[in-house]
Amino acid sequence: MSKPPVLEFRGVTKRFGTLTANDNVSLTLQQGEVLALLGENGAGKTTLMNILFGHYQADEGDILVDGDVLASGSTQAAINAGIGMVHQHFTLADNLTVLENITLGTESLWSWRQDQAGSRRKLAAMISDYGLVVDPDAMVSDLSVGERQRVEILKALYRDARILILDEPTAVLTPQESERLFATLQSITAKGLAIIFISHKLHEILAVSNRIAVLRRGAIVGTLETASSKREQLAQLMVGRTVTRPKLSAIEPGELVLDISNVSTAGTGATELKAIDLTLHQHEIVGIAGVAGNGQGTLADILSGLRKDFSGNVQLNGQMLDAGNPRAIVASGVGRIPEDRHARGVVAAMDIWENLISEDIRSDEICSAGFIISGSRARARAEKQIEEFDVRCKGPDAETKLLSGGNMQKLILARALSNTPSFILANQPVRGLDEGAIAYVQEQLLEARKRGAAILLISEDLDELMTLTDRIAVMSHGMLSSALPTGERSIGEIGLMMAGHADQGHGDQGHANMGSPANGH
Amino acid sequence: MVIEPRETVSVWRAGMAPVWAILASLIICAVLISWAGASIPTAYSLLFKGAFGSAFAINETLTRSIPLIFTGLAVSVAFRAKFYNIGAEGQLYAGALAATFFGTGLVTLPPALMVPFLVIMGALAGGALLIVPVLLKTHLKVDEVVTTLLLNFVVLLMVGYLIEGPWKDPASLGWPQAASIIDEGVLPTLLAKGRLHFGLIIALFMAVIIWLMMRFTVQGYEIRAVGHNAKAAEFSGINVNRTVIMTAMISGGLAGIAGVSETAGLKGYLTLDLSPGFGYTGIAVAMLAQLNPLAVVPAAIFLSAVYVGADAMSRAVNIPTYIADVLVGVSILAVLCSVMLSQYRIRWRA
Repeated sequence: MSKPPVLEFRGVTKRFGTLTANDNVSLTLQQGEVLALLGENGAGKTTLMNILFGHYQADEGDILVDGDVLASGSTQAAINAGIGMVHQHFTLADNLTVLENITLGTESLWSWRQDQAGSRRKLAAMISDYGLVVDPDAMVSDLSVGERQRVEILKALYRDARILILDEPTAVLTPQESERLFATLQSITAKGLAIIFISHKLHEILAVSNRIAVLRRGAIVGTLETASSKREQLAQLMVGRTVTRPKLSAIEPGELVLDISNVSTAGTGATELKAIDLTLHQHEIVGIAGVAGNGQGTLADILSGLRKDFSGNVQLNGQMLDAGNPRAIVASGVGRIPEDRHARGVVAAMDIWENLISEDIRSDEICSAGFIISGSRARARAEKQIEEFDVRCKGPDAETKLLSGGNMQKLILARALSNTPSFILANQPVRGLDEGAIAYVQEQLLEARKRGAAILLISEDLDELMTLTDRIAVMSHGMLSSALPTGERSIGEIGLMMAGHADQGHGDQGHANMGSPANGH
Repeated sequence: MVIEPRETVSVWRAGMAPVWAILASLIICAVLISWAGASIPTAYSLLFKGAFGSAFAINETLTRSIPLIFTGLAVSVAFRAKFYNIGAEGQLYAGALAATFFGTGLVTLPPALMVPFLVIMGALAGGALLIVPVLLKTHLKVDEVVTTLLLNFVVLLMVGYLIEGPWKDPASLGWPQAASIIDEGVLPTLLAKGRLHFGLIIALFMAVIIWLMMRFTVQGYEIRAVGHNAKAAEFSGINVNRTVIMTAMISGGLAGIAGVSETAGLKGYLTLDLSPGFGYTGIAVAMLAQLNPLAVVPAAIFLSAVYVGADAMSRAVNIPTYIADVLVGVSILAVLCSVMLSQYRIRWRA
């Protein structure tokens, strides 16, 4: 080829101690293409991008932009070379307008006045060129998640990025918003820009990319043309073996376990619950679909015992839930898997055995004389749990922070499921895990279902919900739809409901974009 | 320069961090000593002799370490729960006020009861001083660093008022000091010679008790869990606010006992120079001990030795005693650096 690729990785290697995060990675990105970077969590995608942006320095290898070596370890060099990043977690200032956010940091500190008209013209041209429709004068705090992402992309383009990197861009979007993003990406590449699209979702990658590079354990294990690749083949490459996710077997639901009726929380924000009803029975997994921040967290907090300021009734096995009292709730037969392992699930600085007793530390099993922890009994139980749930560690006295994400989740499962709870709250139980750990967690949930537990599965991954639940309810703006048997609604219908369109026949009342709170200013 | 976390931190490396820090601070202060025109070996050997060179010196060093053990424990317990109690100085004086109030004739009990009674009253007074700051923190999120620090001055002014006014000892020939603690309440001395008193036994006992509590009890577990990750602690059912309040009471109580020990053990009566900043030095002790209650004891003895030794050194070679403050300050900075270096490594860009 006469023209050098816009971006090239040449034998990039990065080691952290004994761990090789990137192993001799060589990649090329051509003008006008979307290259998908596919890999499990921990495969080295983020490390590679951090090297590109100068956050880390590669131990070996070079990065070339248009054939010239990029100075390593310099973020400024990457930006000057025309590389723009759209982060998974947005980096926008809520209290500024779209225009202000986009121009932030691009203007000289020494000029007296901003060239607002000039930047406005440039932004307007970009908006019409790429079809990234957003109001330049809207406050970022009023925007929906999809709109915020468009602002992030515009921000990168405004800085004359020619290479755009999107890190898990669909994680926070509804299916319809994802479709719209893909269309935008096509129009961007049509203008001659190049895109690296990082994801672990196969169907998206097949829909959006021209070529696919698969990363496994830090090394490129294959580069394929999207047109000639198959889903199964990619999955196999990514994981390195065939992993089959477990599927539901038909079991008749049993008695009523959890009865949520007319539960509301004060306020009108999207995260406040509005008269929620839901029932769960034995042998049943009920899924809650929804974009993050639509009240799922509030419901989970109530069921976990973290919130008691709500109206309405929650009954567990015929008894009122002891609201606001996590230990009593656990003792009454609830197993809780929190959304964020690191922030809520474990105290990383404490030992494994200490984390395993955190929920029942005052029980007679663990505690002598009312205040002395029986280290021997706690460790003996921990050893059993570690073995039963296959937590890979040096033993009960190992530090929790040394565990991998999957093993940390197994630790949480061990704590939540050991005493055979009748109700399990699983909030994003497989987020950020690799395929092996995902399959393990899902099998454990199915095992609990077979045993007779009722399980509430909160997830943003519709594929997971479709394969793992008996019924699905959709949450949007703090309202919960009825829970219909899985399969009665299509993914498209669920996506529309996630975006705020009411169920069945009330089609036009919702907003095309979720967000935009109704307390207008 | 790139700073990267170490994958594993050995117990050895973590334990040696304060030792390296102390060595580093001795080297840095050597520069200052030679700048002041003294010979470095002479100065340091005088410092060592002044702190440990005779029975009298050891006696003085240990005596001075007693309040530092209490305040060091107070700070280490509080910091474990991420409750940043900077007010040990004020709590010490609150304890001293309680000892003076109850111990100068208001209550008379046999010595075996009187001493524990004063210790408990001092602990309650020290804890009471933290009630307002801790409730402001748990309920209104007011920064405890500010409130506890400022309360130090309030208490000191209060002490000044009392010993100049209503509590002034008429037999003190006009000196601003309170009446003496009655004989039944005085802590006995431990040795025939010197000032070393029973406070050391109480201090060592408290260090062991606090260590046992932090390591083996539900309360210690909850304090550590809240300090490391309050959200996870809350999720597991720990009442975070209650734990922080309990921690503050323990912390204030320990600092309060320091005041009782100094008043009823060392001085015999309350004055405004009861503490030359033991409460603040307690923070240094706790940092040097990396918040470990047992390590507080050697850390307190080390800092006490620096102060006592520096006194002797300055008399002999004409270096200001401020060198002790510099040495303590530098050693705290060095500890912070060496603890960081035990967890991270620095790589210089090739």
